[in-house]
Amino acid sequence: MQIPKEKLSWLYETMYRIRRFEERLLEETVKGNAMGVAHTSDGEEAGPTGICAHLNEKDWIGSTHRGHGHCIAKGVDTKRMMAEIFGRHTGLCKGKGGSMHIADFSKGMLGANGIVGASVPLAVGAALSARYFGSDSIGVSFFGDGATSQGVVHESMNLAAIWRLPVIFACENNHYAESTPVEYAVAGHDIADRAAGYGIPGVVVDGMDVFAVYEAAGEAVRRARAGEGPTLLELKTYRYHGHYHADEPLKYRLKEEEDLWKKRDPIPAFEQRVVAQKLMPASELEATRKKIDAEIEAAVKFALESPLPPVDELYTDVYVNYSNPVQGLR
Amino acid sequence: MVATQSKQADPMGPGAGGPGREMRYREAFNKTLRDELRRDPSVFIMGEDVAGGAGREHLGIIDSWGGPFAATKGLIQEFGAKRIKDTPISEAAMVGAAVGAALTGTRPVVDLMYFDFTTVAFDQLLSNAAKSRYMFGGQTKIPITLFARSGAGTGHAAQHSENFYSIIAHIPGLKCVAPSDPYTVRGLLAAAIRDDDPVIVCNHKKLINLSGFVPDESYTIEIGKGRRLREGNDVTLVGMSWTTEVCKQAAEKLAAEGVGADVIDVLSMSPLDEGIILDSVKKTNRVVIVDEDTPRCSMASEIAAVIADQAFDYLDAPVKRVTGPHTPVPYSRPLETAFIPDAAAVVGTTKKLLGLE
Repeated sequence: MQIPKEKLSWLYETMYRIRRFEERLLEETVKGNAMGVAHTSDGEEAGPTGICAHLNEKDWIGSTHRGHGHCIAKGVDTKRMMAEIFGRHTGLCKGKGGSMHIADFSKGMLGANGIVGASVPLAVGAALSARYFGSDSIGVSFFGDGATSQGVVHESMNLAAIWRLPVIFACENNHYAESTPVEYAVAGHDIADRAAGYGIPGVVVDGMDVFAVYEAAGEAVRRARAGEGPTLLELKTYRYHGHYHADEPLKYRLKEEEDLWKKRDPIPAFEQRVVAQKLMPASELEATRKKIDAEIEAAVKFALESPLPPVDELYTDVYVNYSNPVQGLR
Repeated sequence: MVATQSKQADPMGPGAGGPGREMRYREAFNKTLRDELRRDPSVFIMGEDVAGGAGREHLGIIDSWGGPFAATKGLIQEFGAKRIKDTPISEAAMVGAAVGAALTGTRPVVDLMYFDFTTVAFDQLLSNAAKSRYMFGGQTKIPITLFARSGAGTGHAAQHSENFYSIIAHIPGLKCVAPSDPYTVRGLLAAAIRDDDPVIVCNHKKLINLSGFVPDESYTIEIGKGRRLREGNDVTLVGMSWTTEVCKQAAEKLAAEGVGADVIDVLSMSPLDEGIILDSVKKTNRVVIVDEDTPRCSMASEIAAVIADQAFDYLDAPVKRVTGPHTPVPYSRPLETAFIPDAAAVVGTTKKLLGLE
C-alpha cells in the first residue's frame, strides 16, 4: 500500500507523541504530579495511529481506561490532556474526569471510559447518529481483550451488524486483562474469529506494525463509509508497563516475553523501514522527535502552572438544568 | 431543530372550557410520542417491538402490535423504520447506543418495556448516561428519554413489577418522573423528550387504562413540580404513581369521617418538589407517605427524611410511611393484593395518627 509522504510523517509524529506523552506522564505520576492512576499504553501506539490516520474530525471514537493513545491519535491537545490528568482547571474536562475520562467532543473523541467495554455501544450510537443524519461519518470503538468478555460488547456488535452501521470494532489485544492472560480468559483462538458469529469481517492484524494497521484499517474504513457495515479488527499488541503505573508486570509475566515484544517496538521498526526504503530521511525523524519532546515538556509545564479547579466546580455540570438542587447535607 | 415552543401547563390540570377530550393514559402516551416525533426530526424511538415484526415488510407485515402496551402502535406507518426502530433484546446496547447517539446530536427515546429491565442496562445508565456530562466537564449533554412500565397489581409477578424509583432518584445526572393520569403523562412525557438531560418516565401498569380529560393542544408540565389534588387541614397524604390514586380514595373515605386530607401527587421523583410537600406538612402537621415500593431506602424514606430535616417543628405526630413489604412482588392475586398499599391501610394509619383509633 502506497502511503502519501505527509501521512507517513503524521504516523511517525503521532506514535512518537503518544510514547513521549506517556513516558513523561509516568515520570510525573511517580513524582506525585498526576493526581490519580495512569494506565499507559506504550507499546500499543501503532493501533490507534494506523486507524485514526484514516479518520477526520467528524468521525467519532470511543475509548478505554487506557486511552491516551486514542486521544492523541484523534488530535486531542496534549497540553490540555496533561492538565486534565494533573487535575487542573485548564484540563479538557476542567479536572473533573482525569486520565480515565478524557474527552474532546470538538475532535470527535467520545471519552476515555473507566468501565471495561462500556464505550463500545457509544461508538455504535455515534454510527447510528451518522446514519440518521445521512452524513458519511463513522464510529470507531477501541477496546481491549478483556472487554470481549463483557456482554454489552456482544450486544453492540450484533446491533451494529443487523443495522449495517458504519462502525469499526478495534480490539487491542495486549494479552492481559490487568494481570489475567488472554489465553486463560478468552475462549476460542483469535478474537477476530468472533466476527463470523455476526456475519462481519474479522481481521487479525499485527498491532506492532503501523503499516499493517494502516492497511487493514483502510479497508475497514472504506467498508464503513460505503455502507457495507462493521468490521472487527484484532490488533495483536503489548503494553510495556503494567496495568497501571504502580503495577509490577513481572509478577505475572516473563522477562523473556517482554523482551520479545520490545524487539518489535513499532517506533524503531518504523524508523528502520522508512530510512532503509528511503521514504523519510533520518534527519526528519530526529527533527520530529525534538519537536515532540519540546511539545510534551511544554505540556508538563502548562499543566504544572495551571490553576486547580475552584471548589464550586464540584456542583456544576451534573445536569443541563435541575429545578430543585440537592446540596449535600452536612 | 426544535419547532414552536408549546405552552407550559399547570400540573393541576387543564381547567374548564378548553378543547380536548377524554382518553386513556395509553392513548395520551401514544399521542404525545406522535406529537414529539412530528415536532422535532432529531427524535427517534427504539426498543423491543416498538413496531413489531421488523424486517417482514416484504410479507406485508408492518407494525404488528407496537409492543405489549401498544404505546408505539401505528407510529411506524407515519414515521418509518428509520425513526421507529425495533431492536434485539439488548437493553445494555440499546441504552448505550442511545447515549452515543445523544452525544452526537440526536434525541433518542428508548422503550425499556418493564421498569425491572433498567437493571439489565444499569451500567450504561449509571456510568454513561448519568455521568458523561459531569466527568467530561460539561462538554456535552445527554438528551435521552427512557420509558418503562412499573408497578404491581396486574399479575406480572416478581420480575415485571418493580417500583424502585428511589434507585434512579439516587443517581446524580438522572431524572425520574411518574405521571399519574392521562393529563400528566402527556405533559411530562413531552417535557422529558424536550429535556436535555436523561429522564426515565415510569408508567404504572394499573394507570395505563385509566381515562381522563386531555387537551387537544400540545403542552409540557415542568419536571420537578408536584401537585396538590385535594385540600384538607388535618393530614397530608403524599402519593406517587399508582399510590396517588390510593391517596385520593383514602381521602374520600377520610372525608366521610370528617377528616380533611391534603393530597400531594409527587409526579417527579428527581428533581423532587420538596416545597409543595413541606408547605402542606406545615399546614396539616401530620403526614402519611404512600409508596408501593419496598420500604428500605425508598422514595418514602427520602421524603420522610426531608420532612424530618426541614419541618420537624411543625410535626404533631411521627412521619408515617405506608409501603409495600420488604419482599419481591408475589404472583397469586391475594398475595399481590396484600403487597400493594391500599386505601384501607392509608385510612387506618391516618386515624391512628390522629388518635381516632
